Order: sequence, then C-alpha cells, then structure tokens
Amino acid sequence: MLEIRNLHAAASGAEILKGIDLTVRAGEVHAVMGPNGSGKSTLAQVLAGHAAYEVTAGEVRYDGKNLLEMDPEERAREGIFLAFQYPTEIRGVTNAYFLRAAVNAMRTHRGEQEFHTLEFYDFLKEKLDVIGWDDSLMSRPVNEGFSGGEKKRNEILQMAALEPRLAVLDETDSGLDIDALRTVAQAINKLRSPERAVLLVTHYQRMLNYITPDVVHVLVDGRIVRSGGRALALELEEKGYEWVRPEGATV
Amino acid sequence: MTGNAGAVQTLGAQESYLADSQMLGAVPAWVGELREAARARFAEAGLPNPRDEAWRFAGIQQLIETAFSLSPGGAQPGAKLIEPLTLGGPSWPRLVVVDGKFAPELSSLAGLPTGVRAGSIAAAVERDDPTVRAHLARHARYEENAFAALGAAFLDDGAYLVVPAEALVPEPVEILFVTSGADRPTAVHPRMLVIAEPGASVSVLEGFGTLGAGSYLANAVTEIVVGESAHVGYYRVQRDGPEAYHVATTHAEIARDGVLSACAVALGAQLSRHELVVVLDGSGADATLNGLYILGGRQVVDHHMVVEHAQPHCTSHELFNGVLDDSARAVFTGRILVRPGAQRTDAKQVNNNMLLSSGARADSQPQLEIYADDVKCTHGSTLGPIEDASLFYLRSRGLDALAARNLLTYGFAADIVARVPSQPVRRVLDGLVRARLGQEAPAPE
Repeated sequence: MLEIRNLHAAASGAEILKGIDLTVRAGEVHAVMGPNGSGKSTLAQVLAGHAAYEVTAGEVRYDGKNLLEMDPEERAREGIFLAFQYPTEIRGVTNAYFLRAAVNAMRTHRGEQEFHTLEFYDFLKEKLDVIGWDDSLMSRPVNEGFSGGEKKRNEILQMAALEPRLAVLDETDSGLDIDALRTVAQAINKLRSPERAVLLVTHYQRMLNYITPDVVHVLVDGRIVRSGGRALALELEEKGYEWVRPEGATV
Repeated sequence: MTGNAGAVQTLGAQESYLADSQMLGAVPAWVGELREAARARFAEAGLPNPRDEAWRFAGIQQLIETAFSLSPGGAQPGAKLIEPLTLGGPSWPRLVVVDGKFAPELSSLAGLPTGVRAGSIAAAVERDDPTVRAHLARHARYEENAFAALGAAFLDDGAYLVVPAEALVPEPVEILFVTSGADRPTAVHPRMLVIAEPGASVSVLEGFGTLGAGSYLANAVTEIVVGESAHVGYYRVQRDGPEAYHVATTHAEIARDGVLSACAVALGAQLSRHELVVVLDGSGADATLNGLYILGGRQVVDHHMVVEHAQPHCTSHELFNGVLDDSARAVFTGRILVRPGAQRTDAKQVNNNMLLSSGARADSQPQLEIYADDVKCTHGSTLGPIEDASLFYLRSRGLDALAARNLLTYGFAADIVARVPSQPVRRVLDGLVRARLGQEAPAPE
C-alpha cells in the first residue's frame, strides 16, 4: 500500500529525513518510534503533503501512484489521514460544520450524494459513539478552547468519520490520560481491517499496550536504525533510546 | 486637481448644503432651533479636511468635493421593490424610511407590544411627543463631527422607537433605510432614535440599502438611549450601492446597569465611515461593540470608535473583524476614554484584519486616554493573510484549496456573527455572510 524509498526531506534548508525506507502493506499496523527531533513528525507531515517540507530525494508510492505529486486534498480523498500532533484551531467554524464539509468532500470524490443536515447528524451520532462523546463539542468552533486531550480525540473522531485506508497518527497518545488513551486505541482498533493500514508515530510505547503493531521501527536522526516486532518496543522502553544510538551511528 | 481648485469646490459643496438646509418645511420652534444651531456649527466648521487627523486615512477628497443635493423626496416605491432590501422575518415589526421620510405604507407595527411607540419622527414632533422632544438630536455630538451637524441641520423625519419601562419587545424590530436613487448625486439624512426606558428590552436591526445605482450620500445619525437596567441589541447592516458614500454617526448613552450589545456589519458603499460613540454613564453599564466588514474592489471602510467610561464599574468589549480583498482598505480608530473616577473600568478592544490580496490594506490605531488608576484596558490588532497551517489542516481533510480558503474566511467572519445574542438576528447576519462569502450550506445551530 505504502512504499517509501530513500526519502530525504528538508525544512528551511536543514535536512531532517536522511533516507527512509519503509513498506506498509494493507492490513498492517506499523509503529514508528524515536527520540524527540528524530524526524518522526516530519515523516508524518511529508506523507500528508505539508508544503513546509521539501522532499530532496527518494520516492513515495501509495497504491502504486506517486504520492509526492499529489496535493494534500488528493491524498486525503485517496484515503490518507493524518491525525495532527498539534491540531489547528479554526475560529468561527463549528466542529459539526467542518466535519460535514470534510465528509461531503470525500463523498463527492467517491461519486456519492452529499449528506444533508439530518443524514449527517445520524452519521455523526454513530461516530461520536465510537469515541465516547456526546455532541456537546460539535457546536463549538473546531479545536478552539479544547483541552489537549479533546483535540486528540477530535482527530480520532475525524478519522472515524473519514474512514481512511491509511491512517497516520502523529503522537496521538501524548497528553492523553489512561482512559482517553484506551478510548482512542479502541477507535483505532475498530478501524483495523485487511484493507486498511495504520502508521503510529509515537515517542512512548504505552499506546502499543492497546494496539498491537505488526512492525516496530526505530527512527534516529532521520534514518530507521532498527525494525522488529512488538518486542522491540518493549526493549526500547526498558533500555531507552540511547541503546539504539550506537547502531544508528554505524548505518 | 490643484489644492486651490479643490478648496473652491469644497466651499461649493458646503454652500450647497447650507442652501438646501433652508428649503426644509416648517417645524415647531424647538426643532427649528436645533436645526439652526447645527447649521451654524456646520457653517463655521465646514466639511472635514482630508488632512484632519480623524479623516486622513479615509480618502474623502471626492466625498467633500461633490455637492450632493438634498433628495427631493416623494419617491413611493412599492412593497415588492423594497422586499429584496428587507432583512428580517415576516413577523418582525418593521419601520421603513425612504429617502429620509418615514413610509407608513411600507411599515408594519403589528407585533409591537402595547405601550411601545414607534413610527415617524415628523409625526411624533407634530404631536409633541415629550420623549422624542427630550431626546431627538440631543445626543449625537456635532461640535467635532461635521456630518452629524449636517444631519441635525437637515432634521426632518426618520424613525423612532420608544420602549416603555419594563416592556419586552419579543421580536427584533427592523428599521430599513432605503435610498431611491436619482440621476444626480443626492444626499439623504436617515435618522433613528431608540429609547429604552428603565428595565426595557429590545433588539433593533437597522438596514441601509438602495433601489438605484448611482452616487449618493447617506448621512445617517442614530441615537440610542439605554435606560437603567435596560437591554438594547443594536445591529446594523450597511448594504449601500457601489457608488454610494455612507457616513454614519451612532451615539449611545447607557445608564446604570444598562446593557448594549451592538454588531455593525458593513458590506456596501465605495466609502463607508462609521463613527460609533458610546457613553457608559452609570456604574455597571456594559457595552459589547462588535463589527464586521467584508470588502472588495476599491471599497474603503473607516470605523471611528469612541468609548467613554464616565462612571466606575463599567465594561466595554470591542471586537471588529475585517475581510479585505482586491484593493480594499480599512481604517479602525479605537478611542477609549476613561474619565477621572471611572475606577474598575474593564475596557477591551480588538481589531483583526484578514487580507485576501496583496493589494488590500488595513490600519488599526488604538487611542487610550486613561484618567483613573484602577482600570483594566487592553487593545490588540492582527493583520495578515489566511494562515498556511489552517489551510493545510483543511486540505488534509479533503477540502480543495479554494473551499478551504472560503471556509476559513467564512469562519473569521462568522466568529463575529456567533457573538450576537439574538438568535433571529444571528440567522439573518449569518445568511448575509454566507451569501457574501460563497458558503451555501446553512450553519447548523
């Protein structure tokens, strides 16, 4: 589904990704772990098409298509979803209004009828149940005045509503209490299917207690220095990122 | 044009106004005196000079050079013609004023509770309504405002609304000022007087629009008196024609524990100047003064706010958002005056401008004059294009770049509308903003 080959990316002239190779197949969950500043978020943003990052070398194929040539909205419509580490506040636009605009953009792309207000509310109700929310935050402006945890849950609500084929979650676990973490993990697990894939970007392994990854990658200084199974995350937790650094230096 | 020729022309416009103001019909002596005093002040002060501090940003050369002749009046447009200019719902009470004259056949006062008086200023003057007599043209200060002086010199008719003590007007009252348009530049002087007696509660929606194209001057004066513990919602929508000059003075006085919630929306006119003066004249008085302007082409809007804290424990919150496209231009001057003894004043002022084009321009200047020591006064302004981070966020959810821009622009404007406490007025304003910014779907409430 996703093939990343020798990906190099820079921001403001500084190289951050220094040759990433990563293959994600449909049905798989991959965790990308790494210390702060290793390039995890940059990888997530590059996949979503953020213009602030310049891809200087390499390629990314999504379903065989050249992902890097696609606009952010095209990527979204083709099923890529990025849960932002720091979701943006959109003043004056209610959460419900925004979500309906997004869902309808997808439906139009798929050749389906747009949802009218009432249809949308039925649809929304079902999605709210997934993350254990009532509709009290839906009439508030998007992310405005939301707590950190509410913002993260709101990203997951959007994910549930947009039903992506490849979900990229950027530090969605950070700032969540254990209860919220469980709910969010359940929502992600609910999305798992043989047709879909998940890329979990995280600093900590605690989310992996609830979402079992098929592959764990360790990203250090813009490169994947080690890949393995679930056990790798536990080992990292125990030994810290220092443990992988020497090996990273020899790559 | 040379400066000299300009000066001659200015004199021409001023003399033309002075001559026209002599042509008005007979009125009771007290109105005649008001007119005469204002006329004398206008004769002395003349039209503003583009170099005057209070006017220098607005680009008023053409406005002061054109001799707008007094609209002859007498236009009697039918209800069908007026329909597209109305804003409120069918059940709202409505006062319609055409070219400055109250139009009873287009107005509907059904739905006003017993005891509420409303209608033509001229008729109220004729029967010597004591409330109207006590307040008409007695609040808007014209010593330093030539256009307010001009408005009083042409004092003739308009609409008034008196809500007696403890009365509640359940639906908003629409006051629609229509200019019929003419083949030469005409001047109209729309006037409104709103009196909310102690404990009364009312919302008014003041609309300005035109039936014709062409150049005209709408010189509006609105006076609002908020009595003790009274609540007034004052909403206004300026949709004057593309060649129009809209010069407006709104003056509000708020007594002890009175509440004024205002939202001024400016969409039309080539040049729109709104001076909003609010005097917090009793402790506990509270004013929310919000505004929104959405401009394109070469439109200019100039807001001149004067918020006067005359008594302690008063609150004033100002928030104006502007959306500027093409070569549009906005000026916001926010004066806050805290008089000696007005302790515990809470005054806040924010002006945000969203620039959709590199040719658009906005200037914001706060003027704080504080003569008390225990006060909280803040001001701020923002200026800039739509943020890339917000655009990316929306695009990452499948909205194309144009839809994302439109939604962010709408949100910026809707943020002001959402603060309007009256739900029916909010719906009207939201509809206008959506139509102006290409948002089709109604916002779910």
